[in-house]
Amino acid sequence: MKLRTLIILFTVLAITSLFVGVKDLRPWEMFSWTAEQQQVFWISRVPRLISIIIAGACMSIAGLIMQQLSRNKFVSPTTAGTIEWTRLGILVSMMLFAAAAPLVKMGIAFVFALGGTFLFMQVLNRIKFKDTIFIPLVGLMLGNVVSSIATYFAYRYDLVQNISSWLQGNFSLVLQGRYELLYISVPLAIIAYIYANRFTLAGMGEDFATNLGLNYKRVVTIGLIIVSLISASVVLTVGSIPYLGLIIPNIVSIYRGDHLKKSLMHTALLGASFVLLCDVLGRILIYPYEIPIGVMVGVIGSGIFLYLLLRRDAYAAAS
Amino acid sequence: MRLQAKIGWMIGASVVLIAMFLFVKLNPVNLDYVLPRRAAKITAIVLTGTTIAFASVIFQTITNNRILTPSVMGLDSLYVFIQSVIAFLFGTSSLFMQNANVNFLLCVVGMIAFSGVLYRLMFRRENQNIYFLLLIGMILGSFFSSLSTFMQVLIDPNEFLILQNKLFASFNKVNTDLLWLALIGTAAVGVYVYPYIKYFNVLALGKDHAVNLGINYDLVVKRLLLAVAVLVSISTALVGPILFLGLLVVNLAREFLPTYRHSYLIGGSILISIITLVGGQLVVERLFAFSTPLSVIVNFFGGSYFLYLLLRGNIAR
Amino acid sequence: MLEVKNLSKTYNGKKVVDDVSLTIRKGQITSFIGPNGAGKSTLLSMISRLITRDQGEVWLEGREIGSCDSKELARTLAILKQANHIELRLTIRELVSFGRFPYSQGRLNREDERHVDEAIAYMGLTDMQHKYLDELSGGQKQRAYIAMVLAQDTEYILLDEPLNNLDMKHSVQIMQTLRRMVQELGKTIVLVIHDINFASCYSDRIVALKDGRIVQEGSVEQIIDTDVLRGIYDLEIGIQEIAGQRICTFYA
Repeated sequence: MKLRTLIILFTVLAITSLFVGVKDLRPWEMFSWTAEQQQVFWISRVPRLISIIIAGACMSIAGLIMQQLSRNKFVSPTTAGTIEWTRLGILVSMMLFAAAAPLVKMGIAFVFALGGTFLFMQVLNRIKFKDTIFIPLVGLMLGNVVSSIATYFAYRYDLVQNISSWLQGNFSLVLQGRYELLYISVPLAIIAYIYANRFTLAGMGEDFATNLGLNYKRVVTIGLIIVSLISASVVLTVGSIPYLGLIIPNIVSIYRGDHLKKSLMHTALLGASFVLLCDVLGRILIYPYEIPIGVMVGVIGSGIFLYLLLRRDAYAAAS
Repeated sequence: MRLQAKIGWMIGASVVLIAMFLFVKLNPVNLDYVLPRRAAKITAIVLTGTTIAFASVIFQTITNNRILTPSVMGLDSLYVFIQSVIAFLFGTSSLFMQNANVNFLLCVVGMIAFSGVLYRLMFRRENQNIYFLLLIGMILGSFFSSLSTFMQVLIDPNEFLILQNKLFASFNKVNTDLLWLALIGTAAVGVYVYPYIKYFNVLALGKDHAVNLGINYDLVVKRLLLAVAVLVSISTALVGPILFLGLLVVNLAREFLPTYRHSYLIGGSILISIITLVGGQLVVERLFAFSTPLSVIVNFFGGSYFLYLLLRGNIAR
Repeated sequence: MLEVKNLSKTYNGKKVVDDVSLTIRKGQITSFIGPNGAGKSTLLSMISRLITRDQGEVWLEGREIGSCDSKELARTLAILKQANHIELRLTIRELVSFGRFPYSQGRLNREDERHVDEAIAYMGLTDMQHKYLDELSGGQKQRAYIAMVLAQDTEYILLDEPLNNLDMKHSVQIMQTLRRMVQELGKTIVLVIHDINFASCYSDRIVALKDGRIVQEGSVEQIIDTDVLRGIYDLEIGIQEIAGQRICTFYA
């Protein structure tokens, strides 16, 4: 796929997204909209579009970084427990500081995400048998355990309703004034782009990277901080979007290779387009109701992941 | 003899716990109201424990592996998924939804068909990597449960709420409508599987040895898989999915009863399962006053134990 | 008599075993030799019904094995594959007792116990019969598995690379025992074996396979021959007669 095709696809989807919804907004009547229509457009549709783009692109980038750093195609915020740690963090922040500002909650969620992801990377280092399949399995298990801790506290403190809203990402709650935290991810994506070469190097292993004069530990730390911040801001504002960080980089890697600098733009655009597509579908399928994005991506994403796994297996069997 | 003594202790513990569940804080005033309810609930819990443990031992024996269980391979989620498909296809007011028994039987048929396909796809190939199977199973589980949510959302969301209440059980909301059917089903499976129990020890040696020793392998495995499908359907219909219970209790039984003889392992797993569930439910109901569902606690310990099993095997390598 | 007629097996479009027919004589050791991928193990597994065949027939004592009751078959023919990863914690005696399953279905009577005792004694494992398998060396483990097959008390014994991962001393021990089993107990043994010198020294007949087909079969004298071996292995193999045995030299 050429970058140009991807941009066209992305633009078409973005525009479609603006004009799909319960409230009829027709683009050709744009200049004769009533005040109410304009309001819907600016308070709901535009923020929704922006949040989809940021969340889709940044979660994909976060996945890509994790795959580079762990040298494993199947590691992502979904399969390393990052999302579950984030959720636990949000829960803790609600238990301890119920009235705290979003930024404080975000901070706590970030600390948990970072700690959890570091823990996972530590476990990864201690594992001798670095089977590509084994590592995501451990991550999923870890995520399961963390998630049951979170659920436990949620029940203890009557926060089940709240926690289930982060269980499934949902863009329908995105309104002006309630999603701006997501913007934090934008500079992070830019930093990721600047650091891209170094992540690729670090992905080749500590010895290799050190040999080329790279401060391995620092690069890994920066990478994980970016991943954790992105996850925290996305989960806090729109909820978790599973598998995104897993499948998008893998698809890009199939047709684009693994050099981060070459694949980063593709990953971001494809990620955003994918989420846009799912979101539009989710809004059309049971119109006037809406299927939450977490469900749409969960179905399509886990399906694609299964396909990737089986494909890898077929490939391994053939070679 | 020591094994028999251990089994004896476990039977004793189960009986005491069940009695406590039934009779603690019972008085003449609430007797008529409370006792039948408790009896129904405890029957459901014991049945669940039995079916999950039994299904897991059978599954581990066929797949020759200590960390695979039906739930981990996504069979629980498959049940919920089939349930949702039925609701989606036939609508909520149809006979298939309204009558719990008909609904259950339909689900069982679906389970048998699907798990046959699953087995064929995943276990028939030789030299299959166990971690690969596990990961596929986990993702399948997540795929099925997303699909279920998806279908449930597709049904009119308002109607769905009523449906959800009716169909999806948990430990605090045991589905007692199905009790008789579940009892009969479990007993039937027990009778059906009984002649095969003597094969279990040999099956556990692996396919090649089993065939060499004269077992009609394909036939036996197919029948056992059928039993697993029915057992999983029963437990999921009664209390909903509990991901790690089977794994936890069967492995505890293996640690506690160090023998290769499956008659002990089956009995031990079932008893440990009952002790865990009844004891756990007692603690949850009477101590935590229902604040946390038992399945959450079981999943925490089961998940941690699973992680330990994975890492232990790996780091020791 | 064990007779194989036109057996074939295809994996992923590749014929692993291609129209193989042969007759295995009673009371002898027959060895399958050939390079990697020749289809030796697949052939052995098909003969012993471990894997299904695409085509062909296997006749055992005048009956096609597909039509035999599996339990009955298990009293006539035993197979031991090379990879035996048993997850269970079993003692030698417990393992060997499994060999009696085709007779007793798990409930051993006195007759069964006697067979188990004999098999263990025959393989020289009596002193360590209550040791667990995971405490044994490779050679001891292999002997334990062979004891299990012996306890099965079948006329035909099929072994897939029984010397795999064994050192020289244990290899010689195993081969000598197999020889004794043929001489003293009248067993018929079929082996897949990689080391052609062991095949040469201990076999009565050798079947040479390549690319799924039989290249040649015959006595040791007929097969252990520079020209024949060249056709099988694409290698110049010199033959030396030492103490009445044909030894292949191919190291230099």
